[in-house]
Amino acid sequence: MSQLIKNQAVAVDAWQKLEIPEGETPETVALPAGDILFPLAVWQARKTEIISGHKRIGLWLEPADRVEDVAGDLDYFIVIAINFPKFVDGRGYSTASLLRQRYAYPGELRAVGDVLHDQLFYMQRVGFDSYALKDGKNAVYAIEAGFSTFGETYQASTRQPHPLFRRRA
Amino acid sequence: MYQYDAIDRQLIDQRVAQFRDQVRRWQAGELTDDEFRPLRLQNGLYIQRHAPMFRIAVPYGMMNSAQLRRLARVARQYDRGYGHFTTRHNLQLNWPKITDVPDILAELAEVGMHAIQTSGNCLRNITTDQFAGVAADEIIDPRPLAEILRQWTTFHPEFAFLPRKFKIAISGTKEDRAVTWFHDIGLHLKVVDGEFGKQIGFTVIVGGGLGRTPIRGQVVREFLPWQHILTYCEAILRVYNRFGRRDNAYKARIKILVQALGIEEFARQVEEEWAHGKDGPATITQAEYDRIAAHFAAPAYEAVGDVELPDEKAFRRWVDRNTHAHKVAGYAAVTLSLKQHGVPPGDITSEQMEAVADLADRYSFGELRISHEQNIILADVRQADLYQVWQQARAAGLATPNIGLLTGIICCPGGDFCDLANAKSIPIANAIQQRFDDLDYLFDIGEIDLNISGCMNACGHHHVGHIGVLGVDKNEAEFYQVTLGGRQGNDAKLGKVIGPSFAAEEMPDVVGKIIAVYLEHRHADERFLDTFDRIGIDPFKNRVYEGRAHGKAKSAEKETA
Repeated sequence: MSQLIKNQAVAVDAWQKLEIPEGETPETVALPAGDILFPLAVWQARKTEIISGHKRIGLWLEPADRVEDVAGDLDYFIVIAINFPKFVDGRGYSTASLLRQRYAYPGELRAVGDVLHDQLFYMQRVGFDSYALKDGKNAVYAIEAGFSTFGETYQASTRQPHPLFRRRA
Repeated sequence: MYQYDAIDRQLIDQRVAQFRDQVRRWQAGELTDDEFRPLRLQNGLYIQRHAPMFRIAVPYGMMNSAQLRRLARVARQYDRGYGHFTTRHNLQLNWPKITDVPDILAELAEVGMHAIQTSGNCLRNITTDQFAGVAADEIIDPRPLAEILRQWTTFHPEFAFLPRKFKIAISGTKEDRAVTWFHDIGLHLKVVDGEFGKQIGFTVIVGGGLGRTPIRGQVVREFLPWQHILTYCEAILRVYNRFGRRDNAYKARIKILVQALGIEEFARQVEEEWAHGKDGPATITQAEYDRIAAHFAAPAYEAVGDVELPDEKAFRRWVDRNTHAHKVAGYAAVTLSLKQHGVPPGDITSEQMEAVADLADRYSFGELRISHEQNIILADVRQADLYQVWQQARAAGLATPNIGLLTGIICCPGGDFCDLANAKSIPIANAIQQRFDDLDYLFDIGEIDLNISGCMNACGHHHVGHIGVLGVDKNEAEFYQVTLGGRQGNDAKLGKVIGPSFAAEEMPDVVGKIIAVYLEHRHADERFLDTFDRIGIDPFKNRVYEGRAHGKAKSAEKETA
């Protein structure tokens, strides 16, 4: 069980990913009630059904999922989880940047999967605001030190849209 | 050169604290080896054959004497009193302790140095021409834009975990001296006549690289006004980060993506992405350019004319090979050779570093540069001081007059140090240097680039050597494959393999035969490469393999045996 970090604290996590069991497909899988993170393929196949059955909808994106394919639907989601199957797979940073900067997604953006202390600072900068820290890692220390590694940043990013050179005194 | 301000210094200090904490957590078992690996690599720390290897950045090759003295001290205190300059403006230490690295980083930070992103699958050190700002053939000084790019690459949050490493080189001269055709992004500064008068910008080359799959880059944009370089690079990097292959490390460089898509489709995707970022806040302002450029203002040159130099033969030879034309009358750029015969190419001792720092203070405004050919440049020496510089450099073993000659070999650390290597490279370089130790002969042979890599990762740039030597592993034995006709510069291209590989002890003879063919065939004033281009590879091949059974002959021999 991962530990959800949100607003600089460990938070209770009600959201669950919909796993597609062996032998099922996005078209056939049963849609459970509750706070569910729907994989992109399920969302695309069952959109109407999901909307009619759920007030709160979450989306689950894998590294290869294209944000463009879901750009028109963002108003439906109150949380989007971006999966990092391995922390060295950096595609999720671009996914997050695009969701925030290009498509102005305003809801919760959650990093899930191989989420570790030493990537939190970058994740925060590209626009994540909740983090399912990998099980067994020190969440208290991550909150204390992981988000404040550097006091300044050179580049424009989601969190600071103006590069340092436009802000230097 | 660029001086770090309070913010720049704060960032590298915080980097030291971050890495110290990471090492602590790794030692405490809170970080696994796999979790720690990319973190240490992005601080230049490898675990190597005999010991860790630690790679320190010299951004775009610029350094001051205080920094070099600090490197000397660090090498002496934490290592074995020497370091190795690489082909990408870095200094490598071969024997540091992992647990000392946070302290080394702290020492470096005091003089504005670091090891940020010198390895790992991220944006690497920016490289440029060692004569930037002083070259007689310069169009635009690339250093202000190199510094702007350095800041942009440093801790970029979106591009810290790319499919593979990413190297950018920038050149501002007529003659490309930064191997820009063989980088992930190569930038050529140029001036064009635009609708609002003269406009400065870049030709942007993408998808070049040496290594396992050597590919010459392709022009993705003929002209990009300089103000847009950050937003345009963001677009290239975003396309690469999203769509570059991650299933196979050998196919993960951007060159493979560019080849797979084709340059037109790749350019289309970049332009589409760029349309969103273009003219955004990351567009460089004139004020920022001016702020950075002020750091690279010309030093206080004296009004002196060109001077008559002493006629001593050894000195004249050194002037001929180791000085470069300067844009200011009465000055010259001096190359201190790190290619002393018998010493690993690119290696420098702490004592030599201190000698160079003294020379820089005395004769070159306290600054120096590192070249991708692994030498040190004093960029602003008065011609009237050349004789003294030569004498002092010679006393320090830094005046071998072999720049651009056969023994000025580019060479990676190879199998003596590197885990990746298939074969040793330093002993090959030293054996060739020993064979061609006669200076008269060396000068008679003339300009020739000999580059040696210990494996196909090509850190020694063997593909672009006029003679390239690549270490290969054949049934666990070390062999060497030879290529001819490669070159850097505007007409950069890859060398051609001449045939089956050779054992280490054969290499001096092989090079000897190649040189003999050249000397027999050359016309007056023809350099090796000119003769090669005129007569082709066959005469060389025939001589080198004369009397050797190889290819078809060899297999026929086997069948009859």
